[in-house]
Amino acid sequence: MLTYIVKRTFLMIPILLGITVLSFGVMRLAPGGPAEAQMEFSAKASAEARERLRKLYGADQPFYKQYATWLGKFMTLDFGEAFADGRKVKDKILERLPITLTINLLSLGLVLLIAIPIGIMSATRQYSLLDRFSTMFVFIGFSTPSFWLALLLIYLFGVQWGVLPISGIHSLDISGLTFWGRLSDEANHLILPVFVSAFGGLAGFSRYVRNNMLEVMRQDYIRTARAKGLSDRVVIYKHALRNALMPVITILGLALPGLIGGSAIMEQVFGIPGMGQLMFQAVLSRDYNLAMGILVPAAFLTMLGNFLADIGYAFTDPRVRLQ
Amino acid sequence: MNKAESFTSQTFHYLMQNKLAVVGGLLVLLVFVLSIFAPRFAPFDPSKIDIKNILVGPSWSHPLGTDDLGRDVLSRMLWGGRISLEVGFVAVGIATIIGLILGSIAGFYGGWIDSAVMRAVDIMLSIPTIFLVLAVIAILEPNIINIMVVIGLTSWMEPARLIRAEFISLKEREFVVAARAIGAADSRIIMKHILPNGLAPILVSATMGIGGAILIESALSFLGLGVQPPTPSWGSLLSSGKDNIEIAWWLSVFPGLAILITVLGYNLLGEGIRDALDPRQRE
Repeated sequence: MLTYIVKRTFLMIPILLGITVLSFGVMRLAPGGPAEAQMEFSAKASAEARERLRKLYGADQPFYKQYATWLGKFMTLDFGEAFADGRKVKDKILERLPITLTINLLSLGLVLLIAIPIGIMSATRQYSLLDRFSTMFVFIGFSTPSFWLALLLIYLFGVQWGVLPISGIHSLDISGLTFWGRLSDEANHLILPVFVSAFGGLAGFSRYVRNNMLEVMRQDYIRTARAKGLSDRVVIYKHALRNALMPVITILGLALPGLIGGSAIMEQVFGIPGMGQLMFQAVLSRDYNLAMGILVPAAFLTMLGNFLADIGYAFTDPRVRLQ
Repeated sequence: MNKAESFTSQTFHYLMQNKLAVVGGLLVLLVFVLSIFAPRFAPFDPSKIDIKNILVGPSWSHPLGTDDLGRDVLSRMLWGGRISLEVGFVAVGIATIIGLILGSIAGFYGGWIDSAVMRAVDIMLSIPTIFLVLAVIAILEPNIINIMVVIGLTSWMEPARLIRAEFISLKEREFVVAARAIGAADSRIIMKHILPNGLAPILVSATMGIGGAILIESALSFLGLGVQPPTPSWGSLLSSGKDNIEIAWWLSVFPGLAILITVLGYNLLGEGIRDALDPRQRE
């Protein structure tokens, strides 16, 4: 088991390097670097000034040197400054992280809360009305564009019925409110984004739980338990559920990257100042430092999530460790 | 004497018995026909601007309303379907070809080639797709070719993994051993013997992949990074829907419905194919 963990940890290093090289390369692909982006607006800038700017950003160094310098700084968590406003990338990220994390964590919680019971019920009452209904629901959920669902809900709840706010995370006049007032105002603003984010995950996850339960229930030990005369309740909740939920835990490891990037489109639709929107802005304005500062940690988190999921899997299923 | 049925027609029969799959297939066919014959079916020229009829609701002359420049929504949707299908098919085609090549080489030769390909897969899977696609599209300009290529380049991992798994399990079979024994070249064994037998899961992956590609394309268009105006796309229609949500609900409802129906069709069909190919069903 320990050797497995050590082996996997070592494997992460080339992957991490690969991610950084790939991201760095993609960014540098652009015709025109940071100096050009700034120069675009002042045609009167002399060639000298351009050169000075390029030297400042280190854009005149060969590729591998640029990469090495950047990587060095990155390791010390110095992500540089954003080109747009010169503020430190780290600060900009930390500023927006809480909102994104809140939305995604709430969404994840909602998914777990609803999908697991539905999955279990679907499995135990296979082919019943509930099962068929949730199967259809799952397929529709898979196929629905999230931003469309968001628009529909905005229209219903925001425009037609006017009960929920449709953008931002707080109303314009919150300064006069008490702490609780502000909290409930923010909660109001979060309802729609969280729900729409959760919707996509709900479909897939409940299906996954259902299929796992079905698989487990076909096993011999379940037949034994029933043969022993144990009540249905005990059989399902004590024996089947425990085994069916184990892979679910590893799925949570895979949900880690979603915590940062998952809400990107929602943030655009609802005008929420989160990480996704920040990435979008960074990419549109060719702000490499900012974009890389978000992309690479996000990739790292994904890798971490995969790693944890693999460990979790090896933990629960001894057969995996023997590979 | 019973005549043995071929694998393909057997699979087809299983498929036909699956009601959901048939529904999916019909939806796919419907969208296909409507899009291909868009020039015939579209009542108006999709780019025809009509300032007198800006943001008019559904009516006899404009069954799905008009957009913010007075263009007929129905016609734009029919033509937009072409874009979605083109992107879907080409992107999945690219992804599948790359995946087939890399996966078969990795599965067949094993060793360091296999490790290298799997590392590449892990790297690609570690970067959140939206971010990568956003980044690349914003760098290169947003046109339909770039979109197809980018989606293709970020979706090859699944076909690669599937084909690799098939190769690993198939390469020890007798027919491969026999082929080697008579001196067949590696490439011939790969392409003529193993590959045809391993294509089944790829078919499922490709079908679902088309749905996925359509979703990505419409998301990009929605964000303004997809096909550029005046080319119609379901995503960009929804974007104007968002801008005018208080006064033009039809712009937000119908294009999204089109996406839903199309993607649903491919997903149902793909799942049906998967079930039809599942050896456990054959009892």
